[in-house]
Amino acid sequence: MNLTINGATRTIMATDLAALLAELQLDPARVAIEHNGQILRADQYVATGLAEGDRLEIVRFVGGG
Amino acid sequence: MSSASSVSASELDQLLIARHGASAVQRFKSASVGLAGAGGLGSAIAAALARLGIGTLIVADFDRVEAVNLGRQQYFIDQIGLPKVEALRANLQRIHPGVRIIAQPLRVSAANLLELFGTVDILVEAFDDPVAKADLTSTWLAACPQRPLVGASGMAGCGPANQIVTRRPFGHFYLCGDGHSAVETCGSLYASRVGIAAHHQAQAVIRLLLGLDPVEDCSP
Repeated sequence: MNLTINGATRTIMATDLAALLAELQLDPARVAIEHNGQILRADQYVATGLAEGDRLEIVRFVGGG
Repeated sequence: MSSASSVSASELDQLLIARHGASAVQRFKSASVGLAGAGGLGSAIAAALARLGIGTLIVADFDRVEAVNLGRQQYFIDQIGLPKVEALRANLQRIHPGVRIIAQPLRVSAANLLELFGTVDILVEAFDDPVAKADLTSTWLAACPQRPLVGASGMAGCGPANQIVTRRPFGHFYLCGDGHSAVETCGSLYASRVGIAAHHQAQAVIRLLLGLDPVEDCSP
């Protein structure tokens, strides 16, 4: 299925957000995500299904401050 | 000529008004800003906001000042061993005694985030740990999507200053840094580069308080 992730179209296998993070090799504890305009808590990733055309903004955090 | 110690909070406000205008200074004075973390980012952000006469700063950090912190953070040798929030309070009061500082010497978590910062106009994320950054960001923006959050990610190493930017990933979330330079891979943090990220964050707060976009210059 095709999703728009951070402005770019990507073809992915995952059907939920937790699986998408695994597919993208992103640590769910180090990201913040907006899904179709809604900002999600980390405990919502597993239960958030994905559909064709969904728009995601994913911010990955790195250490230092 | 008056000595420095004879300058009052109201005299400092008058000097700020002469420089920035009454309208801007009133916006700063009536603002409440939350600061999660008082390390390299937080101690520099707090100083910049105090110098502009911010009304209330709620600062939370569980850590104490260590000698190694002096290489990057805005503390002094005679403050080693003090809780960072208490050392910061003392330093900010020396900058502008009119700034109200609520110092919380504890670890910020998803469980206490809204209790600590529920009253602020803008929250600033100034942690060093990426998991804590992500946890605060998701928790805050899911709970208060209309309340701005100014975070930081990517300032380690000694890369060019011009790689540090302010952007808006989504909603009312502003993020300062180069987005990729991790302390885990770049090895160390430089006072100068962390300070650039910190002042990007402080400037985002100031522009939000002035009703300006932190990212785009919309002035004619």
